[in-house]
Amino acid sequence: MLKELLDPIPSNFNILVSKLGDMLVESLEEPLGYTINWGRVFSLWPVHLETSCCSVEFGAASSPRYDVERFGMLEAFGSLRQCDLIVVQGTVTRKMAPRLRMVYDQMPEPKYVIAMGACAITGGMYFDSYNVLPGCDGIVPVDVYVPGCPPRPETLIQGAFLLQEKIKRSKIK
Amino acid sequence: MDSNIELKNENILLSVSSEILKSITDKFSNRIKIIYDIHNRSKIMVEPESLVETAIFLRDNFGFDHVESASGTDYPKEEKIEINYHLGTYSNSDLLPYVLVLSTKVDREDPKSNSLINILPSVELFERETYEMLGVYFIGHPRNERFLLPEDWADIPPLRKDFRSKGR
Amino acid sequence: MSNLEEKIDEAKKLSMQIVKETEADRLMTLSVGPQHPGSGHFRFVIKVDGDYIVNVDPDPGYVHRGHEKMCEYRNYFQNLPQLERPALHDSSNILYSYCLAVEDLVGINVPRRGQFIRAIASELDRLVYTQYWLAIYGIFLGHSTMFMWPAGDRELIIDLFERFSGHRVTHCFSIPGGVRNDFPYNFKEKCLTQVNYFEKRLKEYEHIFYNNPLFRQRTEGVGILPKEDAIKLGVTGSVLRASGVPYDIRKVEPYDIYDEIDFKVQHMKTCDSFARSYIPYLDMIESCHIIRQLLDKIPESGDVRVKLQGNMKGPPGESFKRVESGRGALGYHIVSDGASRPYRVKISTPSFRNLIALSYLLVGSKLGDMPSIYWSLNYWPIEADR
Repeated sequence: MLKELLDPIPSNFNILVSKLGDMLVESLEEPLGYTINWGRVFSLWPVHLETSCCSVEFGAASSPRYDVERFGMLEAFGSLRQCDLIVVQGTVTRKMAPRLRMVYDQMPEPKYVIAMGACAITGGMYFDSYNVLPGCDGIVPVDVYVPGCPPRPETLIQGAFLLQEKIKRSKIK
Repeated sequence: MDSNIELKNENILLSVSSEILKSITDKFSNRIKIIYDIHNRSKIMVEPESLVETAIFLRDNFGFDHVESASGTDYPKEEKIEINYHLGTYSNSDLLPYVLVLSTKVDREDPKSNSLINILPSVELFERETYEMLGVYFIGHPRNERFLLPEDWADIPPLRKDFRSKGR
Repeated sequence: MSNLEEKIDEAKKLSMQIVKETEADRLMTLSVGPQHPGSGHFRFVIKVDGDYIVNVDPDPGYVHRGHEKMCEYRNYFQNLPQLERPALHDSSNILYSYCLAVEDLVGINVPRRGQFIRAIASELDRLVYTQYWLAIYGIFLGHSTMFMWPAGDRELIIDLFERFSGHRVTHCFSIPGGVRNDFPYNFKEKCLTQVNYFEKRLKEYEHIFYNNPLFRQRTEGVGILPKEDAIKLGVTGSVLRASGVPYDIRKVEPYDIYDEIDFKVQHMKTCDSFARSYIPYLDMIESCHIIRQLLDKIPESGDVRVKLQGNMKGPPGESFKRVESGRGALGYHIVSDGASRPYRVKISTPSFRNLIALSYLLVGSKLGDMPSIYWSLNYWPIEADR
């Protein structure tokens, strides 16, 4: 980095300052990005929106046996303006779909979506029902798919780990 | 000894249920039809005009005070929709396990039926669901409106037989 | 002078107008919607005047998946997994009712050991369901220990389910004709140990929850449902028993082997929210007694199932059967016309029957009492919507 700065030596003072600035950002980008990502990964707060029957296993994941709170995912009972994760638990019906999109739009960036259960991925066993959407990726962009009907709480925790890996790899803007 | 008590209870029930059916047929002679009468369950079919009268008679004389379930079945071959009310009782201690099915058949083209809401208040939500799922209009019900389906439902009532699920 | 008087008159008229306008829009409409920490998958629109609720309009249907229509496209055995899902954590009871209705239609008798196994699974599911209900009650009232203790203790019983069926919540274990498999080796001793320890843990709930002065203040005298109104509205389950009517289908119309079992029907006369929350807890203790009696009387060996053909044809006819599930009386009305698929299946769930009591109870009460009244009605939205 120093080599770039000194050869050729810029004659203009402005160009020298801007090159110094670039050097600073480049050197800090990696450790700062790592810290910010580490903070995001261990404090994922899910919105309290229960879409369908997988909410029973999601509730069991917060129980003392499969404690998901030790990874930072505590169910935030505040407003949804401070959450950054939405777990689509189960079947999305045609009546619930606009509300799901409204909730997703109101969350601040960066936000992540986990699709939990076979019904949220492709419609599950309700593929021929008149009121069920075939999967929720038509409405919200999904990051992690967790299969099962309903998935065990350990599967959900593994899905959360995959999301954590994905966040760690992402770049900070 | 246990089986003796069981048989005695059955005999009491059979005699009570046949007593009910006998008194109904005595009062309404040819306007009702008995479909079946087996252990703890009987079914009677009435004309749509005498539905309210029969319900009042059953409530006042035998204590049928609530409805366990109420719904409809679509018979497109006979061009009729059958409406069933499963009547039960909490207050009459002789008839506690007994369920009487009161049913009537209405036209499929323009299904209208008298509502039983003033006689048995527990049918309110069941009739609203039957309106939405089968299209039967209940005269006298305060809210014949959409209940479970989404707000933008623009198709025929889903439980009719000519509503085909996608792909089936 | 007259100018001034006119001006004063005008000012008086304007001020009266402002007062009238603010009185007219005193009523505020709140939507307690599906995204809410206190409502579950259900929405109701309430109109409040200050602190008092004036009007309630329930708006279910957010989880309406069309089970009744789907039943007409699958045969009697293919219907089992999809009929379990409305009452996901109480699945043995909702399938028990379906199996009784189908067996009544076809006209077969289940062998004795199969009947005992079905009853044991049903009672264990009652325990699991009521623990989940208590856990969510704790969250609604802000008592987070009451979420952790039942949610943890329920895992003791779920272990037993994993032993004989392989899955935690939706077992699909009771089928028309009996049960799928026999109990595994040594199940009886393991079951007795777990249930005895579970009952000891249950006694501690009295200390932290039911004798807690805050819980008592929030629920005693709140949401009174008198006996005549409870009968007229046709409610069922613990809501009915809290208003003084000792009606339990296991005693009134015993199915399978419940006429050989000795238990008490718990009911209270106070008709308030506290009674509705206390009766499921007493029912849990009764269930533990019932499980011990069942494990005592179960025959040592025997058939557990009558083999029925997978795509069997149901004879033309109807049947209506009810079962006492964790929330109340669950009934199935099956109409068949001789084909291998049922012609019409109507599910009469206790949550749908209790929904009518919501508008009755909330009108006239304070806004702060809403969570304790709403959840004490034992309302599970997925079951009411089907």
